[in-house]
Order: sequence, then structure tokens, then C-alpha cells
Amino acid sequence: MKPPLPNIENPPACCRGGLFSSILPLVLFGFLCLAWPRVVQGDIFAVQWAWVPSLDLDLAFRLDGLGLLFSLIITMTGFFVTLYASTYMAGYPHLGRFFFYLHGFMLAMLGIVLADNLLLLFIFWEATTILSFLLIGFNHESTDARESARQALLVTGGGGLFLLMGILLIKAAGFPMGLSLLAASGDLIRSHVLYPAIFICILVGAMTKSAQVPFHFWLPNAMTAPTPISAFLHAATMVKAGIYLLLRLHPAMAGTPLWTGTLVIIGGITALWGAIQALGPCDLKRVLAYTTLMALGVLTLFAGGQTVLSLTAAATFLMVHALYKAALFLAVGSIDHQTGTRDLEHLEGLLKCMPLTALAVAGATLSMAGFPLFFGFIGKEIMYEGALAQEMFPVFATIATLMSNALMTAVAAVILITPFAGPPGGKLSLVCEAPWTMRLGPAIMGTLGIIFGIMPEWVSANLVQPAVFSIHPDREDIRLVFFHGINLPLLLSILTLALGSLIYRHRILLRYRVETFMQRLWITTPVLYQRALEAFLSLAGSFTGKIQNGSLHFYLFVTIFTMVVAVGWPWIFHIPAALVLPETVGPLIAFGLFAFILASTGVVVTARKRLSAIGGLGGVGSGVALTFLVFGAPDIALTQLLVETLTVIFVSLVLLRLPPIDAVQKRSCSRTIRDACLSLGAGLVLTTVLMGVLQVPLDRSLTAFFENHAYLAAHGRNIVNVILVDFRSLDTLGEICVVVLAAWAAVTLIRRPKEG
Amino acid sequence: MQSVILKTATHLMVGLMLVFAVYVLLRGHHEPGGGFSAALLAGTAFALFAITEGADQVRRAIRIRPAAMAMTGLAMAVVSGLPALFTGRPFLTGIWRHLNGFSVGTPLLFDMGVFLAVLGAILSILLALEEN
Amino acid sequence: MESFLAIVVGLMVSAAFFLMLSGVLIRFVFGLILMGNAVNLLIFTAGRLAPVNPPLIGAKQTLLAAPAANALPQALILTAIVIGFAMTIFMLILLFRTHDQTRTLDADQDRFILETDKTDLPDITGQKVQE
Repeated sequence: MKPPLPNIENPPACCRGGLFSSILPLVLFGFLCLAWPRVVQGDIFAVQWAWVPSLDLDLAFRLDGLGLLFSLIITMTGFFVTLYASTYMAGYPHLGRFFFYLHGFMLAMLGIVLADNLLLLFIFWEATTILSFLLIGFNHESTDARESARQALLVTGGGGLFLLMGILLIKAAGFPMGLSLLAASGDLIRSHVLYPAIFICILVGAMTKSAQVPFHFWLPNAMTAPTPISAFLHAATMVKAGIYLLLRLHPAMAGTPLWTGTLVIIGGITALWGAIQALGPCDLKRVLAYTTLMALGVLTLFAGGQTVLSLTAAATFLMVHALYKAALFLAVGSIDHQTGTRDLEHLEGLLKCMPLTALAVAGATLSMAGFPLFFGFIGKEIMYEGALAQEMFPVFATIATLMSNALMTAVAAVILITPFAGPPGGKLSLVCEAPWTMRLGPAIMGTLGIIFGIMPEWVSANLVQPAVFSIHPDREDIRLVFFHGINLPLLLSILTLALGSLIYRHRILLRYRVETFMQRLWITTPVLYQRALEAFLSLAGSFTGKIQNGSLHFYLFVTIFTMVVAVGWPWIFHIPAALVLPETVGPLIAFGLFAFILASTGVVVTARKRLSAIGGLGGVGSGVALTFLVFGAPDIALTQLLVETLTVIFVSLVLLRLPPIDAVQKRSCSRTIRDACLSLGAGLVLTTVLMGVLQVPLDRSLTAFFENHAYLAAHGRNIVNVILVDFRSLDTLGEICVVVLAAWAAVTLIRRPKEG
Repeated sequence: MQSVILKTATHLMVGLMLVFAVYVLLRGHHEPGGGFSAALLAGTAFALFAITEGADQVRRAIRIRPAAMAMTGLAMAVVSGLPALFTGRPFLTGIWRHLNGFSVGTPLLFDMGVFLAVLGAILSILLALEEN
Repeated sequence: MESFLAIVVGLMVSAAFFLMLSGVLIRFVFGLILMGNAVNLLIFTAGRLAPVNPPLIGAKQTLLAAPAANALPQALILTAIVIGFAMTIFMLILLFRTHDQTRTLDADQDRFILETDKTDLPDITGQKVQE
């Protein structure tokens, strides 16, 4: 990591467009606030438009308690992040693109939490995956950024495929796609034979998006994204999409031992894994990423529970985490922006230079550590209550929660103490405070952590209860309170703080132990991912090298050969014993035309001079045109003749500038014979197929319709022309577009300036 | 090219062919012909003209750029579909008016659009090739 | 008639494929033009040859007086001819430009595969760019 390079001049640069665009999330937040009181009363806002009825895909949106909670988090952090980014990102190239992606992401995320249709949700889900890819790789000139972006895309996109599979299985089982309808048929889903398969598919989708072990590794790597992005996507919102999905499907699918057991175990392991790893890195953003893993694990654990208490714990901790984590990310970004580094080993004594940032970090970390009076404390209490009341593995759940909380306390101490304590050394004493746009977000979110901590009753009544009620049938009152009396959760909270300080003291030893343990693991999923990717790329490389070898002859030979085999082989078994064709009696001159066409074809094939080949082509074209004329198609005969004339003109114009046909190496005799055999085979297949087609009676009802309506409805006596310009004019419109496009491409090619 | 016979014949022929092209275009709705054939015919006439007199003369004669002609054609074809929308029928449905035994309808406009689009495409390639 | 036309179509397609396989780009384009003609004829034949009257409604009449040739494939072929023409021209120009760059029309020659193709390959692994 680079040494500090203080940003002394503190340029007042600010992307005005970005600043201006922060109005969008603010306005959305305002609208949500207007709807808020009615949602608390239990009202639900729903709109629905049909989109693809045949797929049961509607543009259905629904705002209930859970959606409101997520939407408020999304728009609030969205506002602060946009405001922040307008200063933080100033000076980067492609800022228009950046803010476009950012707002696009925010809208897609809102789409996920407001969609009332599983397929619609999936569409938004994939949109966030793609926008996350674009945003992680925003510094696309850096190899790290590109690789992390691709990793995130492959992991979450792969998970998205599983989610789609799960959704399709739900559809295949005959259930509706509407989420509110689905919630009503929970009992049928749970007892359905496909339930385990559906569960696993959806689970994999949620696990990849929400970075659960063993799919967690993309999240720490995604920290190569610009910091506002990490704060928004990879802490506060996108990674919560998996949790949201689990909560949203809770009424439809939860309650089975499979659901509870799997989620508790996976969530517990992820929480512990993330919390332990968080002690390791020196990069502040990576530290925060691992603590996010812990939070996501805990949330998954509580999404597994069936009780109101468990869901309350999930909803409460969701808010706790969103507030402190977004604030911390933004504050770390400020430190990075002002000092030029976010390496713990280089940072010290920033309290004097950046007191306001320090204050915000203090608020956030104390909430993270769960000190009394902070919102984090309330969250921790309810977490212990929920863990103790878990239906399955309550001991494991409690221990996992306790240990990860203790580790969080230690990490919080590291984040608060290491960069800010002590005297500022070296150039760090020159550092100054970040501009207000970058301070506002952390400050308000840090303050909210205290306000919510002081008035938990208000939070539980207005945010948690509506959210939990919208996914749980029981209507028992939810009350978050500051002091429950002396009980097990309180003791556990005290134990957490004690353990946390112990861990903080021995963190160096612990870090060493963790590192040696990690080295002993013989295989981990990141390594597995890397190997699979390399294997896939080398396989693709060798495969492409074989089939795309640059030889035109090879390509054509394979293509034609495939056609002959794929069409000819099945056809052999269906050829009637005698091909009896409805032979039309045409004028005798037709035979002369056929002979003429074949003779001209022969001339083209054998021509050694350009001119004779052109003459041959003209002969074929005219022969075909006259054939059309003889069999009652004057329109196409005319067109064909004219095209033939023009083709000859153009071919002559171009060929005159090219070398003669025979200015090439002679082909070997065996190759010529092989090519001739294949070509004749292809011709034979086509002839027999055409004969087969001719044996089947023709349905002329369409033609009859055109014939009967050509004059009466379309006022034209030339039926072919009427079809072109009236009945099927949309097709013709497409066709003239193709002609114009081809001409455009050709002109571009002609006009290309010569090199050198 | 410097052949006097060719030049003289071309001057006569091109005019005739263009008139004939317009005839083919207009009669297309009832007799063999139509926008495609007419465009090819006119294209051939201009090709002849370009070969004998050069691309400059052709450009001077047609006045507008071939690409613009092609785009005008596409626009006409699209516009001919719009009246149907105002009467609540699907895009490109033919609308007809009958005046004193003459029938006028949007498909005729569409066919002219086809004519201009195809002719514009042919001319743009032809002139680009000639000038290269 | 139909069986004869089917044979003619087959032979034309054979000739077209043979020309395309030759590896000489000029002949390739000839093959393509021939193929276009053959396929148009194939569609035409598949729409049946009988009856042989043109699908034109006589003056003073509102319906066809006698059965006429199938108008639908004719309409398809008419546009196919024009599009085929546009594509042929495009191929010709491509040929012209290829010769401009490689100075050869022999697709079997090494220099036909541009040297720049090998060095400008996008690095799909994303690992070697910064070296």
C-alpha cells in the first residue's frame, strides 16, 4: 500500500452535475416519507400493469412495511453517497457515466424491493448485478479493478442463474409469480415435492448476492471500487438483496427444518468467518468488507428463524448495520481522500486534523461495538434474544452471534483508535478536514445511530413492526426497549464487551494464528474459483484455436459437411420409396431455359477469365428470370432482370480493379475432388429435400386471402405488389432498412482512408 | 469514357429510362412493376450516366445526396404508416380516398418510399465506387 | 417440370458450394451470387409451379378470373432478390477492401490472415495488460 500523500490544497473541486443529481434520491426519500405514516397503519400501496401476461410477468409494484424499510435505507444512503461522490470523485474521467450507473443502480435496487412479481424482481436483480460490475470496474484501467469486477459478475451472475432456475421451478410447480399471491400459498409450497430443489436454487442465488461462505470472496475484492460505491452497493444495499429475498419469501417458504437449519448454519459460519478475518488486513476498506460479511451472516442467521423475535432481530440489525457501515465507509473514504492512504500502518493521530470525521467515526464504531445508548446496543440485545429463541441450533446461533459480536467490538476499537489516536507523524500533520459534502453523510448517519439508540420505541413502532408484520402472520407487539432488566441477553452483552477488549489486546497474536490457519487450509473457494476460471479459459483458448484457425476453406467445409449430415442423415430414413411429384405441364421452352441455366453455371465454375465468369453469371440470372416469367411471375422476372444488369455493372466496376481469377496457387487435385464430392452431396440433399417438400400438399389459404382481398380491400390488381406495399408492408419496411444499411456499410468501406 | 456514340446514346437513353422508371413505379399497383423494379431501373440509368459522364455529373443531376435520398425514402415509408395510427388501426394499414374514379392511398406513398430508399442505396454505392 | 427444377436447383447449389470452397475470393463471391439465384428458385418451386397464370386481377374485375400462380412466394422472392443484390454489392466492396489490405485474394495464403490480428487480440484474462 502506498504511503500517505496528504491532500493539502484541498481543492474545492466538485462535480456540479453529481451534486445536482443528488436531488433524485432526496425526492424519492421525500415521497417515501409521505407514504410512511399510512404504511405504519397497515396500508399497502400497489400498482400493476400487464407486461407479458403469457409469462405471468406483470409490472407490479407494492409498498409494504418491509419494502418501505429497505426503500428508506436505499434512498437515504443513495442521497448521502451521491452528495459525497460529487466531491470525492471530482477529477475522475467519465463522471457522467459514473452518476448514470449510480442512479441506475439505485432505481434497480428500489425495483427489487418494490417488485411484487418474482420475474420482475429477477430482472431488477440482474440489473443490479450488471451495474455492480460496471461500478466495481469503474477504474477500468486498473487490472485489479477489472478482475474484481469480473469475479463479482461471475459469482453473483452465476447465482442469478440459480435464482432464475428456482423461480422457474416455482412456476413449473404451478404457483403464481405474484409475490403477495405466493405468500398466501405457503403451505402448498412447503409440502410440494419440488420444495427442496426450489429452496436450494433460491438459496444459492441469495448466498452469492449476499456473499455467504463459500461464495463470500468476491465482496472483499470488490473493494477496488471507488469508496462511495463500496459504501452504497457493498455495504448498505446490494449485498442486502439476498437477505431481502429470504425475508420476502419467508411467508412462502420458511418454517421447515431445511430452511431454518441451513440458514442458521450458513449464516453463523459466515458471521464467524468474516469477523475473524476482519482482524487481518491493514487496508481499512478490506477490514470493513469483512465486517460486512459478518453482518450479512448474522442477518441470514436471523432470516432463518421462524419467530417474530428472530425477524425483529434481522430487521433491527439491518438498520443498525446500514447506518454505521455506510457512515464508516464514507469516513474511511474521507481519510483516503485527504491523506492519500487508507493503510492502518500509515495512519495515526488524525484526531487533531480531522476532528469532525473522528467524531462521526466514533459514533459509528460505538454503535458497531454495541455500547449502551447507541442503536447498536439495542440491536445486540435483540440479536441475543433472537438467537436464544432460535428453533434449531440455539446454542450454535448464540455462540456464533456472541463470538462475532465480540470480534466486531475489537475491530471497532481498531478502526476508532489506530488512525486517530496519538500525535500525527510526518506529513499527516498537514492534513485538513474534508469538505462538507463528504462530512454530511457520516455525521447524520452517526447521529441517527445515537437518536435511534435513545428512542428505540419509536423505531420499533414505525420501522421494525411494519416490516416484520408484512412477512409474519403473528401480530404480537414488537417493542424495542433500552433496558430489559437484568437477564441473559444483558449478561451476554456485557460478556461481549469484555471479550472484545480481550481480543483487542491480543489482536496481533490472534491475527498470526488466523494467518497460519488459513495457510494450512488445503483448498479454499477463491483458489477453486481461480483454478476453474483458468481451466475454463485455457479450454476455451484451445477450442477456439482449433475451430477458429483462420482457414476459410476449413470453416466452409465444416459448415457444409454439418449441413449435409444433419439434414441428410435423418432425411434418409424418411425418403418415400417413390418420389411422385405433381408434375406441372409447362411450355417446352422451359427445358431450354433449364439447359441454358446449367450451361451458364458450368461456364461460371470453369471460367479462368473474369469476363467469361461474369458472362456466365449474367446467363444464369437471365435464365432464372425467364423461368420466373414462364411460370407466371412477371414481377420477379422484371426485378431479376434489372438486378442482373446492375450486378454485372457493379461486378465489372469492382473486378476491373482486382487481379485475375487464376492469379493464385493451384489447388491440389485431391482437395478439388473432395470439395466437388461434398458440394454434389449438398446439392443432392437439397434436391431430395425439395422433392420431399413438393410431395406434401400445400396450404394456400394465405395466398387465397391475399387474392380475395387484393382489390376489394387494398385496391390493387397486382397481388404481389399489394402484398409488398400493403398486406406485409412492415416486412418490406424492414427489408428496405436492410438495403440501406448494407449500402451504408459498403460506402463506409469504400471511403476508408488508406493507411500511411 | 470517350466514345461519342456511347455518350450520345446515353443522353437519349437515360432520360427515357428515368421516365420509364417513373411509369413502372406508378403502374406497379395494378400491373407488374413497383418501387423495387423502378428503383433498379433508375439505378441502371444512373450507372450508365456515371460511367459515361462521371460521378460529378450524376451528383449535379440528382441534386440531393444519395444518402439523404435513402433516408427520405425510409422516412416516407414510415410516415405512410402513421395515418393508420390516428384512426386506431395497426401501423402501416392502408388508408384510401376515392376521387372521381382515381384512388389515392398510403400504400402509394409507401411504394415511393421503397423506390427512393433502394435508389438512394444503389446511388450511394455507385458514386462512392466511381469516386474512389 | 418440378423434378427437373429440383435437379437444376441442386446442381446450382453444388456449383455455388464448389466455388465457395475454392478459396479464391472472387470465385467465392460468384458462388454467393449463384447461391442467391438457386435459393430464389428453390423458394419459387416450393410454392408450386401450377397454375402458370400471373397473379394479376383483370381490369373491370375485382377477383381473379382464373386460378393464378402463388403470389406469396413471389412477394418473398422479390424482396429477397433486392436484399441479395445489396449483400452482393457489400461482399464485392469487402473483397475490394480485402485486396487493398492484403494484396491477395487467395484465402489459403498466410498473409491473408492479417498480422495485426495476432497482436491486437483482446486480453480476455485481464492479467497481462499491464506488463
